Amino acid sequence: MSNVQIMTGNQAAAMGVKLSHVQVISAYPITPQTPLTETISQLVEGGELKAEYIRVESEHSVLAVCISASAVGARVFTSTSSHGLLYMHEQLHWAAGSRLPIVMCCVNRGVGAPWSIFNDQQDAVAQRDTGWIQIYCRNNQEIIDTVIQAYRIAEAVYVPIMVCYDGFVLSHTMTPVEVPDADLVRDFLPPYKPHMILSPEDPRNINPVIFPWRRQDPEGVLRDGYMELRYKLQKAIEGAREAIVTTNRAYAEVFGRDHGGMLWTYRADDAEVILTAMGSLASEATVAVDILREQGIKAGVVGIRVFRPFPKEEVREVFVNTGAILVFEKDISYGYEGALCSDLKAAFYGTGNRAPIHNYIVGLGGRDVKARELAEATLSSLEAIASGNTEPKTQWLNCDTYLPETG
Amino acid sequence: MPDKLFKVNREEYMLPGNRSCQGCGLSLAYRYLLKALRENTILTIPASCLTVLHGLYPTTSVAIPCLNCTFPSTAASASGIVAGLNALNRTDITVVAVAGDGGTYDIGIQALSGAAERGTDFIFVCYDNEAYMNTGTQRSSATPMGALTTTTPILTKQQNKKDMLKIMEAHDLPYLASTSAAFPLDLYDKFVRAKRIKGTRYIEISAPCPPGWIYPPKDTVKIGRLAVETGIFVLFEIEDGKFRFTGRSKTLVEKGSRLPVINYLERQGRFRKMSIEQLTQLQKWVDTKWNEYVRRAE
Repeated sequence: MSNVQIMTGNQAAAMGVKLSHVQVISAYPITPQTPLTETISQLVEGGELKAEYIRVESEHSVLAVCISASAVGARVFTSTSSHGLLYMHEQLHWAAGSRLPIVMCCVNRGVGAPWSIFNDQQDAVAQRDTGWIQIYCRNNQEIIDTVIQAYRIAEAVYVPIMVCYDGFVLSHTMTPVEVPDADLVRDFLPPYKPHMILSPEDPRNINPVIFPWRRQDPEGVLRDGYMELRYKLQKAIEGAREAIVTTNRAYAEVFGRDHGGMLWTYRADDAEVILTAMGSLASEATVAVDILREQGIKAGVVGIRVFRPFPKEEVREVFVNTGAILVFEKDISYGYEGALCSDLKAAFYGTGNRAPIHNYIVGLGGRDVKARELAEATLSSLEAIASGNTEPKTQWLNCDTYLPETG
Repeated sequence: MPDKLFKVNREEYMLPGNRSCQGCGLSLAYRYLLKALRENTILTIPASCLTVLHGLYPTTSVAIPCLNCTFPSTAASASGIVAGLNALNRTDITVVAVAGDGGTYDIGIQALSGAAERGTDFIFVCYDNEAYMNTGTQRSSATPMGALTTTTPILTKQQNKKDMLKIMEAHDLPYLASTSAAFPLDLYDKFVRAKRIKGTRYIEISAPCPPGWIYPPKDTVKIGRLAVETGIFVLFEIEDGKFRFTGRSKTLVEKGSRLPVINYLERQGRFRKMSIEQLTQLQKWVDTKWNEYVRRAE
């Protein structure tokens, strides 16, 4: 029997961890992830979750613990935010390079300097190229469901997964969440079967020094060089698209909730303008679309759920008939534009899609983003497009962009 | 007293054809520590000379399972192995982390201190060759005063070596020891003893390095012995807080036959630019440390 409980995003994530029968957890507290590690501590010490909880001295060590526990053959979990994630950067590469199915919750938070504890997605977006799958959740229900799905996906493709959700907006906000039935989860997610195990029964040297070229092993078999291993990681992440889609479908069949696989849409079928974003921001955009629809504007939303692998085929399909695209994002690739915007544009290259794409940087460091503001931005973009300005500069919403003269 | 000398394990876990330098102190020490640890062991090692010794994918010259980890994370990596094994109810395996002095004294100290504070059930081994030898001899906090390195190439290292054993002792470990590649039986004994103890165990190995210390490869054992005989490196162990000298250091105390440190320094090219003041200071540093140990042993 499933049951509905009122819980925060962090509690939903912890419940997902419990249901996934995680065996080793390591985490270091950082706002806004802290209540997640606290809730898991309670589950472990209270005997509700039979797992080893290693309370380490830094986030760098967190992933070292996860990597080696996973290499021994245990199912592992961790979570972090912002600077914690940045501090893990080296280890993120090692986890992916080791092809270990680690699941991490990244509770998205802005990055210093100066300090901010509030939400944006710069932390996770900045780790885009570390070889992790990244899934962004739009609400607390999706968090608990995605944690469970993430293990099934990661263990199918041997790639670590970052389950991202917005700090405070979701992590600390209580909403009703349907908790999946434990027995059904057990069937949906069988125990972890490792593809390599560090054990005295079969001694091997994992992750030694490797040459760029291929070399023979003692049996004369030609083994991969550094580039072959990098290529295999790339293929695995590209191939994860299928695991993500089928896992989402299987989950929907068992638990009745479809989160859309690679992306989800809202009133997008006949939309002449589409607002797109990741995480809770995309949820906010659905309210903006309702406002716009009331004003007679055919607007819709495409929520990008999976950022890596990038849903190239899916976005090509879903944006094919739209007249205009607005990309709202809580990150910036300094010196260029929003990272999601660049990736989206790249997906359209070589296709017939010539819809103007307007990029809005919003909500950095927790600056409030209201649905009304997204709707207003849409109206102003549509006006600009109508007057022939199809490629404006990236705009910073709700930000004083006046730069005083110096000297 | 160290335990009676155990019969040394005849098995070899370090296979022929490893990639260490000629005369490598580490390879000598490593051979004996693996013999002492035996089969039911899992290793984790960071970037270091040991990574090179272990060999290149897809071959390895070491017959014990090993997980390579990032430079700062050796002790955390061991913590994860221990946690994973516990979760899978495999508690009969000895987990051993082996790092160089850079990976221990410098970049690895945070994770090491964390694991020791948690009382993680593993042996941490620091093979101390007193510089970043794998990168070609740069100063570490284990480099002694007066030594030339490629990052102290003219003026020599100006500061004394960090007292890592003292730092580790402050963690209240059940067992810690210092030993030397030049005294393989002392080393073997200590690993056999450490394997039997639960909790965080720390063993530091003096590992002379011919290219880094600048002496002929044939002299590794000689140089290693002189380090002990001059008291610049002391063989001891501390079990449950109780300090005792072992092996050659013990006889030096008993016979009062400790040599001046110059006997050790003059055989190594790395000390050729050492000033008289530095020599005096270093001798004083050695004497002070030695007397501290002697007082503790009484």
